[in-house]
Amino acid sequence: MTLERGRLSRREFVFAISAAAGGLALPNAGLSALAQVSCVRQETCTHNSEITAWIVIEPDDTTVIRVARSEMGQGNFTTLPMLVAEELECDWQFVRAEYIEASENIARRHVWGDMYTAASISVRGSQSYLRKAGAQARQMLLDEAAARWKVPSSECSARDSIITHEKTGRTVRYGEIAAAAARRPVPPGVMLKPPEQWRLIGKPIPRLDALDKSVGRPIYASDVRLPGMLFASVSACPALGGRLVSFDESKILRMPGVRHVLAVEGTAVAVLADSWWQANRARLRLPIVWDFGKARELTTESLRDLFREGLDAEDVAIGRRVGNVKVALDKAITLVSADYEVPYLAHTTMEPQTCTAHVTAGHAEVWAPTQNGEGTLLSVADALKLDPAQVMVHKHHLGGGFGRRGLAQDWARMAALIAQQVNQPIKMIWTRDEDVQHDYYRPMVLARQSAGFDRSGNLVGWQVRVCGSSILVGLSPDRLKNGQDIEMMNGFLEEDMAYRVPNFEVGYVMRNTTIPVGFWRGVNHSQNGFFRESFIDELAHHRGQDPYQFRIGLLAKAPRSLAVLKAAAQRANWGHTAPGVYQGVALVECYNSVTAQVVDLSVSSTGEIAVHRVVCAIDAGYLVNPRIVEAQMEGAVAYGLAAALHGEITLQQGRVQQSNFNDYRALRMNEMPRVEVVDASSGNRYTPEWGGVGEPGTPPLAPAIANAVFAASGQRIRSLPFARHLRAPRDA
Amino acid sequence: MVELTVNGVVRQVSEEPDTPLLWYLRDGLGLTGTRFGCGAGLCGCCTVHLHGRAVRSCLLRVGDLNGAVITTIEALGTGGLHPLQQAWIDLEVPQCGYCQSGQLMQAAALLEQFPNPSDADIDAVMSGNICRCGTYPRIRAAIKQAAARRIAARETL
Repeated sequence: MTLERGRLSRREFVFAISAAAGGLALPNAGLSALAQVSCVRQETCTHNSEITAWIVIEPDDTTVIRVARSEMGQGNFTTLPMLVAEELECDWQFVRAEYIEASENIARRHVWGDMYTAASISVRGSQSYLRKAGAQARQMLLDEAAARWKVPSSECSARDSIITHEKTGRTVRYGEIAAAAARRPVPPGVMLKPPEQWRLIGKPIPRLDALDKSVGRPIYASDVRLPGMLFASVSACPALGGRLVSFDESKILRMPGVRHVLAVEGTAVAVLADSWWQANRARLRLPIVWDFGKARELTTESLRDLFREGLDAEDVAIGRRVGNVKVALDKAITLVSADYEVPYLAHTTMEPQTCTAHVTAGHAEVWAPTQNGEGTLLSVADALKLDPAQVMVHKHHLGGGFGRRGLAQDWARMAALIAQQVNQPIKMIWTRDEDVQHDYYRPMVLARQSAGFDRSGNLVGWQVRVCGSSILVGLSPDRLKNGQDIEMMNGFLEEDMAYRVPNFEVGYVMRNTTIPVGFWRGVNHSQNGFFRESFIDELAHHRGQDPYQFRIGLLAKAPRSLAVLKAAAQRANWGHTAPGVYQGVALVECYNSVTAQVVDLSVSSTGEIAVHRVVCAIDAGYLVNPRIVEAQMEGAVAYGLAAALHGEITLQQGRVQQSNFNDYRALRMNEMPRVEVVDASSGNRYTPEWGGVGEPGTPPLAPAIANAVFAASGQRIRSLPFARHLRAPRDA
Repeated sequence: MVELTVNGVVRQVSEEPDTPLLWYLRDGLGLTGTRFGCGAGLCGCCTVHLHGRAVRSCLLRVGDLNGAVITTIEALGTGGLHPLQQAWIDLEVPQCGYCQSGQLMQAAALLEQFPNPSDADIDAVMSGNICRCGTYPRIRAAIKQAAARRIAARETL
């Protein structure tokens, strides 16, 4: 630790010192001054030399670029600063990324925009204002230099953190004039560089967080250490939706280190001790009485029955209707129908759920791995009945997010409610069992699809029904439309399905239970992508057509999707494989990106799947950092493949039956295929909006595998995971 | 009293004997680079070296470690970055990064046993370490790069 600490620059102590020294109006905000230094830089105060809200340039040219969204592996701490730096024309070697604080964003009326980090939104949702801020700051620096030289700023140019007056050759460094430039008015209208002039965007700029993450520096919320801190281990009611009746703390209060045993909201118990191990050891011996309530009746089978009944129910929300599918199917010469199913899925972020909190009278301070800085602040304020201005949230890099730490803020709420009951800061860490058994799961969903062909073999009608629990009802009711969760049909809607079928209808039947459901990498596109792309494959085979050619036929008026599909097929040399190797293809449009994948795999005579290669073509408009995009595609494939091969959460008596990586398996090194990424970027040819890259690589994976398995074995897999039907390599 | 050596420093352990080495390192010594992932030896996040061998620190009780020599990620590089850490940075292996301390400690032990590992060697030794971000292709490439550089450095001596 000494080695790393010795290397920290002054700015790196900002996280530790700023709350004490930074002119905050908040009382009792001093604890972070004593915290273990975090290598994640955070600004908690308004800096008097900021040039636009996003940039602070130090006299030595160090260029601090603020980041409002969260870094959870997807590269935000690099790509978002790149967008600012592109227009700022600073020398990239001077750039340092720094989180902004949620409380400051609220106090300054969202000058840094939305902090929410989900739905692959970070680049596509903030690129325009980040580039604009860079351009505004560059103009302020140019204006300041020009004023000093008494020349028009149009005669000056900016590059690599130096301003040059072309006629006289005079130069000045950004750092020399930054403080003065910061006092100039922010120009409202600025021109952004056309793509052909970009010098950073599109380049494989090295990640700014690679060193911290390769030497074990304290950058995660679970690494935080506060003076006098207690450690909390928790048990929530094992049955999802059940309640706490009582516990007998006398059995554990004399165990070493144990300080408190507390109820949390009538649904959980927390044991607090001097170390986390002491807390956890005692918790395992604590007698607890639970009331499972009606949750006791919930099993995977009862839930499946509920959702299957829904497929025939009348209370359907229609997401998209083209023509008259009923008439078309009635008239069709041949009909194809199939039912599909996907299970509940957990997230299993590598860092189990954790949060550190300190609550005093009228003030709360939280150290959080959050995809949603403001959401954490508001959740804590709500839990403690505090005004949001009385809450501070320190963001840390996440040990994985995948949708677990965005709108679902149960872990922050729980930590705050524990800390409220004691006079010390507490660090809560869930065991992996707790993490697997108290998730907001990707919903179990059943689907029924029917399609019909006319006498000439044209696809004339396609009807889709899906049934499962709504994510939005629990986590974001503001996004419901007339009480309906249209997003449960993502992948079949007007904006995210390019196939043209003359008569088409997708409907969703909502059936909510006490099982918490939530967002996941690619979420609704992932299960609907499996339904859609597997069924399209079935239709192609029914028609006796090559599945790739069949898709081309449905994409005649969808040039963007067609181009991406072709790019993947060409790289994969579609239709030409070594003996024993079979291919499957899938295409999914989501988050304003288009992704197509071709999988090469083998199925052994004993039913083991070996995935050799995944070709992944992506069109996200523009790729800010191709090396990070490549990593995102590799990661999305690994996440999707783990779920497709192994992922399944099942329930008995309301309890999740899985508990750790032995029975909720992650993908391992020996199962990882080669991933070849094809850049199919279309720039602004089809849409001025940029696309996301964090999630689009996941949805096509499961159907591409299912389609390849069919090609290999003739077996059509209509429910996941594949482990239900076939054996994966490690079971051999 | 149990006495062990962590990153070259001799420590007298006052924690209860059943305390896992992981929590002694994290909460007792403040060496937070070693991370908690599963508590059951299933994920490899907490991998450290015991007498140079890769072990899961969540499964070892400090009471059993008298005389043990432990190395954690904080001391993997002696006087700078370990060749693997350099390769991790060069090839940008980490995404969220949480598992990478364990991956690096496992990979370092791998290179001691297999200085020039094949893909099969890498699969065999690294498959106990889970990465949910899917950094496996880059881990593989970085191990090969570090191995090649170490071999080249030895040949030039």
